[in-house]
Amino acid sequence: MSSTVPAVEMKDIVIRFPGVLANDHVNLTLERGNIHALLGENGAGKSTLMNALAGLYKPVSGTTLVNGELVDFNSPRDAIAKGIGMVHQHFMLVPTQTVTENILLGMDKPRFFMNLRKYDQKILELQEQYGLHVDPTSKIWQLSVGEQQRVEILKTLYRGANILIMDEPTAVLAPQEIDELMRNMRLMADQGKSIIFITHKLHEVISIADRLTVLRKGKVTAEGRSMQGVTKEKLAQLMVGREVLFSVKKEPRKPGKIVLELDNVFAKNDKYLPALIDVSLDVRSGEILGIAGVGGNGQSELAEVITGLRACSGSIKINDQEVSNQPPINAIKRGVSHIPEDRTSVGTAPNLSITENSIMKGYTNNPIGNGWSINFAKAHEYARNLKEKYNILAPSVQTPVGKLSGGNLQKVILAREISSEPLLMVAMQPTRGLDVGAIEAIQILLLQQRGAGTAILLISEELDELFTLSDRIAVISDGKIMGIVDAEEADINEIGLMMTGSTVRE
Amino acid sequence: MGLRVKVEKRVDVPKWLPAVTAIGAVILAFIIAGLIFKFIGGKPLVALRFFYQAVFGSWAAFSDTMVKATPLIIVGLACAVAFKMRLWNIGAEGQFYAGAFGASLVVLIPIVPMNSPKIVVIGLMILMGMLFGAIWGFIPGFLKAKYNVNEIITTLMLNYIAILWNNFWIFDKWSDAGFQMTPTFDRVAWLPRLADYAKEYKIFSGITLHMGVLFGIVAAFVVWWIFKYSRWGYEIKLIGDNPKAARYAGVNIVRNIILVMTFSGALAGLAGMSEIGGVVHRLQESISPGYGFTGIIVAWLAKLNPFMIIIVSILFGGLIVAGREIQPSGLSFLLQGIILFILISSDVLLRYKIRIVRTEEEAV
Repeated sequence: MSSTVPAVEMKDIVIRFPGVLANDHVNLTLERGNIHALLGENGAGKSTLMNALAGLYKPVSGTTLVNGELVDFNSPRDAIAKGIGMVHQHFMLVPTQTVTENILLGMDKPRFFMNLRKYDQKILELQEQYGLHVDPTSKIWQLSVGEQQRVEILKTLYRGANILIMDEPTAVLAPQEIDELMRNMRLMADQGKSIIFITHKLHEVISIADRLTVLRKGKVTAEGRSMQGVTKEKLAQLMVGREVLFSVKKEPRKPGKIVLELDNVFAKNDKYLPALIDVSLDVRSGEILGIAGVGGNGQSELAEVITGLRACSGSIKINDQEVSNQPPINAIKRGVSHIPEDRTSVGTAPNLSITENSIMKGYTNNPIGNGWSINFAKAHEYARNLKEKYNILAPSVQTPVGKLSGGNLQKVILAREISSEPLLMVAMQPTRGLDVGAIEAIQILLLQQRGAGTAILLISEELDELFTLSDRIAVISDGKIMGIVDAEEADINEIGLMMTGSTVRE
Repeated sequence: MGLRVKVEKRVDVPKWLPAVTAIGAVILAFIIAGLIFKFIGGKPLVALRFFYQAVFGSWAAFSDTMVKATPLIIVGLACAVAFKMRLWNIGAEGQFYAGAFGASLVVLIPIVPMNSPKIVVIGLMILMGMLFGAIWGFIPGFLKAKYNVNEIITTLMLNYIAILWNNFWIFDKWSDAGFQMTPTFDRVAWLPRLADYAKEYKIFSGITLHMGVLFGIVAAFVVWWIFKYSRWGYEIKLIGDNPKAARYAGVNIVRNIILVMTFSGALAGLAGMSEIGGVVHRLQESISPGYGFTGIIVAWLAKLNPFMIIIVSILFGGLIVAGREIQPSGLSFLLQGIILFILISSDVLLRYKIRIVRTEEEAV
């Protein structure tokens, strides 16, 4: 095999779903030893194309060559046999088993006796080669998210993958972990592995990719172009088809009276460990208070105590009325809307339709709720309006939301939470995992809400987003508020320092 | 060149497909059962004809089938209500017995004198049957909602308690001359049967179909309405699909668990009442040949759809009737088993597409 033969050549790939042309004559060429970024908005067809390469879907037409050889995959097993491995966004690991056990799971060898020590050694060698360090004898639950991802990568490498498909690998990682992953990817590429890197984050593409392919609505808008002279703005335009403002315009704030007031709030997490320690803060109407912090420092618990999903001590007042430790329905009735962190496991019911999901908070109110019954004609009409207004892409309002892409699912939640004209909005990671077009749309919606006088508590791990949207920024670390600063005067280094737990000023 | 079978995941399911596969599965089950008949030296076509005669052959035969289907319909609905919320109520059998006991109390205590109007006696029996079934559903519902006690265990255990409780009364207190049954109820406590009108309408003579079947049909409409249009049904669906999302949406989960279990129990209790009032006319041992458990299967096979529950119940009712007529009676169970097996396997067709392709296409 000569080295000029590309690792993967997909030509004229067409994949059709009912009512949708997911891939419309798509070409993609992955050169050996390259990192090839695959970019596109949610629903652009990136995952579909990669699932076809990994043997999960079958194209209607088109050809795929792997190392110059024509292939036709009927199952992921066929793809693995040709050296194609996919690292999924959601890890598929057994938490109670060790790293080695997870890597060996489903392999033909060892057959009966697990000589784990021997395999630990083998895995250490593999780790050494690619710089993917993680203790093979650790149990999965003891590992950080970044380490778990390394196990997923090791799993595919152990199965002999030469072509790695990485589906949004950075979406779940902290900034330091992203840097580490980038170094690992480069090291793997230098040793001859070919990598397809699916992402939404433009600066990552610019910093690591050798070549890039952009999809928009199932069509290729940039095919395998080199990275020379590529700018963030150019990429965004290729993806979205129009210019994207990287900094949405913000009206000057007109804060009104205090809507939400927390005083000395303490709460425990699911493991009964202190999660919120003496938290005091307030949010005024027409104001966005950003909560900055590294994930897992009490942010989820903060959102939950306010919305009535978690017990706490201390005082939480909405419009001067005590709301702590009351059932969630009371918060909803007081005009608190909540964009939950986890849009699939908390924010929506996957097998229910868009209509049923959009009436979730208001099904008891007229005209949709009508005593004992629900007027589904009115509910569908309401959902159709939301679908139009918020540009939710779906065949109909009867579509189960489990079939929607991440961005569209988030729009269903936002549409529902905004249309109740809330007094207070608790928005947790509202743009996580979304593409630039959707992020912009959602940020504009939040600012419109602020303009309409809603008090917004914005919990985010994206500092850029917090600086763009917030009027004030509170930093949370280990369940404690380290300080609250004015966003215009805030210094990113100062915030960063507070996030690590050092108090700079009160 | 050759042919090869290819299995692909379905992206969407056409609306007609579930019905077609279900009918196909039943036909296939009959064919397989026929082959087994043939193999053991029987005459499948004759048997099939006989089977048909026994189940649908005449109004009297069909009425027998419907009488057997009636408790299955009501119990199937009871199970469907609980299953919709992913509450695994496998205690319909016990709730059925509790309902039968409650209904019998009206006559055995007696709560009203037996010369009261029929409508009063029957009305009270319905109320008491549903009340006792409801209590039997409320207990595991309450334990699940308040203390998170696994409802599978509690409902299963309560089955035995209900049956033994019944036995205590019929062996001792209300025993009819030492037999393990109470005396036959006064006719005022019998549900009206078509045969009662044989004098006016000749055609009804010997038709044992009783009013319980109306309970089943009305209950099916009520459950259908609840699932499709009611606020409660929406909450049930929401909790069933994603309890976390339901809690986030402000739905009171504790209250709904208790309500659903109580309602499910009340329906199963109604089935017990209908069987007591329409068929057995007294409290005795083994009033149910496992209706409470067959109801679970019926609800699943019908995919929790209230009207499908009626159809599946008629099929199972037919199999029970046929089991009485065909010798050896085990053949009916054989057929039941094959139908179940194939129906459940046929679900694969809803999830996957099977195509036959030429291998040369493959090798291009």
